[in-house]
Amino acid sequence: MTGQATQRSFLNTIDWYLVGAYLLLVVIGWLNIYASEYDPENVRSIFSWDMRSGKQLVWIGTSFVLGVFILFFISPRNLETLSPLLYGVMLVLLVAVIFLGANTRGSHSWFVLGPVSFQPAELSKITTALLLANRMSRYDFRLAHRRDFIQTAAIILIPMLIIVAENETGSALVYLSFLFMLYREGLSGWLLLLLLMIIVVFILTLVLSPYVALWVTMAVAAACVCAERATMRRFFRIYTPVGLFLAFYPLIYRTWMAESALAFLRPSWMLLAAAVVMIVGYLIKAWQEKNSFRMFVAFALVLGLIIARVVPWVFQNVLQDHQRIRIEVLLGMKEDPAGAGYNVRQSMIAIGSGGFWGKGWLQGTQSSYGFVPEQSTDFIFCTIGEQWGFMGCLLTIALYVFLIGRIMILSEGSRETFTRIYGYCVAGIMFMHLIVNIGMTIGLMPVIGIPLPFLSYGGSSLWSFSIMIFIFVALIRNEKKYF
Amino acid sequence: MTEPTRHTRMLVALVVAALILLGRIFYIQIVDDSYKTDALNNSMAHIPVYPLRGIIYDRNGQILVGNKICYDLLCTPSALEPFDTLLLSQVLGVEPELIKKKVAEYTSRKSRRIIGYRSVVMFPKLPEETYMRFEEISYRFPGFSGQARSLRQYPYNAGGNLLGYISEVDAAYIKAHPEYKSGDYAGKTGLESSYESLLRGEKGEKIFYRDSRGRIGVPYCLSRRREGGCCRAGRKMPARQQHLPPPHPLQHYGQQLMKNKVGSLVAIEPSTGEILTLVSSPGIDVECLADIGSHYKEIAANPYKPMFNRAVQAAYPPGSVFKLVNALIGMEEGVLKPSMLYPCHAGYHYGKSSRLGCHNHRSPINMNEAIMMSCNAYFCYVFKDLIDNPAYGTSGDAFTQWRNYVESFGFGKKLGSDFPSELGGFIPQASYYDRYYGKNAWKAHTILSLSIGQGELGCTPLHLANLCATIANQGYYYIPHLVKESEQVPLDEKYRERHYTQINTAHFAKIIPGMYMAVNAGLTSGATASVAAVEGLDICGKTGTAQNPHGDDHSVFICFAPRDNPKIAVAAYVENGGFGAAWAAPIASLLVEQYLSGGISEERKPLEKRMLDGSLMHKVKKK
Repeated sequence: MTGQATQRSFLNTIDWYLVGAYLLLVVIGWLNIYASEYDPENVRSIFSWDMRSGKQLVWIGTSFVLGVFILFFISPRNLETLSPLLYGVMLVLLVAVIFLGANTRGSHSWFVLGPVSFQPAELSKITTALLLANRMSRYDFRLAHRRDFIQTAAIILIPMLIIVAENETGSALVYLSFLFMLYREGLSGWLLLLLLMIIVVFILTLVLSPYVALWVTMAVAAACVCAERATMRRFFRIYTPVGLFLAFYPLIYRTWMAESALAFLRPSWMLLAAAVVMIVGYLIKAWQEKNSFRMFVAFALVLGLIIARVVPWVFQNVLQDHQRIRIEVLLGMKEDPAGAGYNVRQSMIAIGSGGFWGKGWLQGTQSSYGFVPEQSTDFIFCTIGEQWGFMGCLLTIALYVFLIGRIMILSEGSRETFTRIYGYCVAGIMFMHLIVNIGMTIGLMPVIGIPLPFLSYGGSSLWSFSIMIFIFVALIRNEKKYF
Repeated sequence: MTEPTRHTRMLVALVVAALILLGRIFYIQIVDDSYKTDALNNSMAHIPVYPLRGIIYDRNGQILVGNKICYDLLCTPSALEPFDTLLLSQVLGVEPELIKKKVAEYTSRKSRRIIGYRSVVMFPKLPEETYMRFEEISYRFPGFSGQARSLRQYPYNAGGNLLGYISEVDAAYIKAHPEYKSGDYAGKTGLESSYESLLRGEKGEKIFYRDSRGRIGVPYCLSRRREGGCCRAGRKMPARQQHLPPPHPLQHYGQQLMKNKVGSLVAIEPSTGEILTLVSSPGIDVECLADIGSHYKEIAANPYKPMFNRAVQAAYPPGSVFKLVNALIGMEEGVLKPSMLYPCHAGYHYGKSSRLGCHNHRSPINMNEAIMMSCNAYFCYVFKDLIDNPAYGTSGDAFTQWRNYVESFGFGKKLGSDFPSELGGFIPQASYYDRYYGKNAWKAHTILSLSIGQGELGCTPLHLANLCATIANQGYYYIPHLVKESEQVPLDEKYRERHYTQINTAHFAKIIPGMYMAVNAGLTSGATASVAAVEGLDICGKTGTAQNPHGDDHSVFICFAPRDNPKIAVAAYVENGGFGAAWAAPIASLLVEQYLSGGISEERKPLEKRMLDGSLMHKVKKK
């Protein structure tokens, strides 16, 4: 407002698509928070202070104030320069809350100041994103340089580990979403693939057996190596017959060999031997041809081998009972309608009963009466599913896709590296929340207590998501102002 | 065709992920109807089925702890209809206001959110008669129902501290034991706690479908049987029954003897390690155990700390009974022979003008006479020879060797009994004195009080009883334990194992004459425990008088009987009782007599009366 002649008007510089999607989501959230608490025998106004919807309205109002404040009174430049300080302050708060915070269901992550509680973990996502954007937008930054890579990893991992220490594993998991941004900024896709492989091997080991898990790992590794070298002939000539043989070997062994003198040729040992041959072969090739890709594959194989061996042991001996049960229920290894599966089952019943058009607003039977736990916070999506049906879910998810996609497109088109990186962080965080939260309510993900952005009841979460998105709007506006 | 950029790939990934979510939602909302039928049935009702807690028997098969049935009155707020508050209050025998208050609380908006369709316990532990009155007219009270559960019942007043109590599990307990749910009961102390896993039984659960008005319908099991689900439903395992050694008459008698005294009385069967009696006085009355909740405050406020199980938790200096240990170590180390004579002129004189005093008796004396008369000086000589033994380089090394011997008797560590609260007592290490006096700057005379069981020694009465059992067995002990093997309860292997001390077993026989004489040598001989003599029982014992800087000395006595093939080993520790012979020896000998003869002989009746009626409470400092 310092009177530059080039400055474009207020209405033109703000990205109304983003703000519009934001407003729609907030209103959807507000209506459904009311619906989730609505009691036909004791009707109270949506504005009543006794209802969570009434309180949420206050959070919404204050969020708008925060938004306006960020748009007009904070210069994005300042955010950039202040980001190390903000990050540091937030780290201090994160640590302090462990000692000073209230104990809510076993986690120490909330400051409680009279009627207001505040969770530093929510805000630290923003400060982490800002510092990442600051550091990574330096002109000489290269993710491939070891120093830069380590620095980036540290910025992400330090708050993540502190949050794990607060016993808020769910919030810590959100930090994995920075991988989206890192991928955009040039992190090797193979590293992401490796992460995916670890998860797949983990699941296969538990659900089927270590044998299958290792077999699949080896098959994928062989396919990758052959694809990279474009030698598919070799794949069919060597790997396919050996692979098939190993696939059927346990059957052969059990039918003919287990009782005979060849009983020592146990399938697990045979597979291990094959894996060792592969690893050694790749390592030699890699060394001869200076081919780092094979080195990487060999490393991945070793990792797979270790995971397939260690996971069952960890599962039985290290995990606590409730954690084990959660994983078992999620992977369908056990049916447990009375225990860990209860929440998810109730939530799926609520969503499933919605049908195509839903039962209509305030007409729900499941999400009222306390069948669904945490229905206005983590399980708010149940209310949408039950009362608005498939169309409501489609609309809500489409809005999210639009919002996240819009942020990604604006970031991609931005001239400022700082804006781009920050934008991708925001998109990644929201994407992660979306997938994990909705996935949890429909039984695709384990029960991890993280809120649905803008929809879930709660001041801490709404404020931090509002701040997050308005900073982005402000950054974009700052660019548009002068062009 | 150019390679798509990472930006494009990520946008595609976003859309694909959203489509996966929508696909799954489409499946559960449109394709699969099972969620809709479930929704019609609304929810499942979980009705817990409580097992009867295991019964605890004494070794003669008498029930020590049984069960009686009582009922919890449950209220299901969602099913409530207007009802006659006055009638209900009359039937239950409570104030109508209380019922109104509770119902208002359950139906408040906030509780409805929390309770939903579940039921809450409105009045716990109603007696059977009361509940039956309600049951007759329960049709007039929709939304109220009863749930049977068992309460502990104690036919005999014996062993309050040893049995322990059960109470409803709290949040911290559930966190440590996730298999418990709020509303379950668990053993908190004593046997109820140490054998929790055997006594508990397994809670079952019946799962029913419930309609939208909260009415209970088809069992979940039946409708889902083909899918093989519902593994937890309806199963209930009876708890295993528990056999315990303390015969309740003996335990009861022990408690009577210790009444109005502060201290412990422990009796062990040497040949098995089974605890015959374990009294910690003052203790908890069994009447309080069944309903610990309402008595807890009163018990906790009692200055004599009845919850504190002195017999296994209190570390006292053992006093002169410890001379037996030093005698055994002396013989093992070769510095003492039973025939050796030492002088005693009103004590042991050392240094320039230091003296460790002793009472008046003849001098010089041999080892067994020293045991009989409990001579302090004799054991000072033994201890000096042990610690300042030139065979070891330093006093520290000799002391460490001495400590190894002592530890091999079970002192200074938890014995491993089935008392979860057992404590280990204390024996100092050489480094402890190094810190105090400087390395190699101390020798036998510096720590001379250890020779007579004073100083930096802490032993529980259980340790002392175990020492006595070890001597009775001539060289080994079994870990003292309450549980007796039965068909249903296997005995832990650790209780079958003989624990040998590091003393040659041949030495034990050499101190027994001294212990025999201490009791049976007659009044004129100078023997310290003549008061404990019972004709025909051949009691062998050793008195102790533990110095107590805070008040009157503690009276200590250990004994076993009969001399050949001992059946019982006893340790009595009476706080502020003065000489060992004053209180501990009579009490221990009466317990032995009761056990071996089944009653008290006529000539000892006056002694028994004095012990039963005597009170030391005025001497005990309230803590």
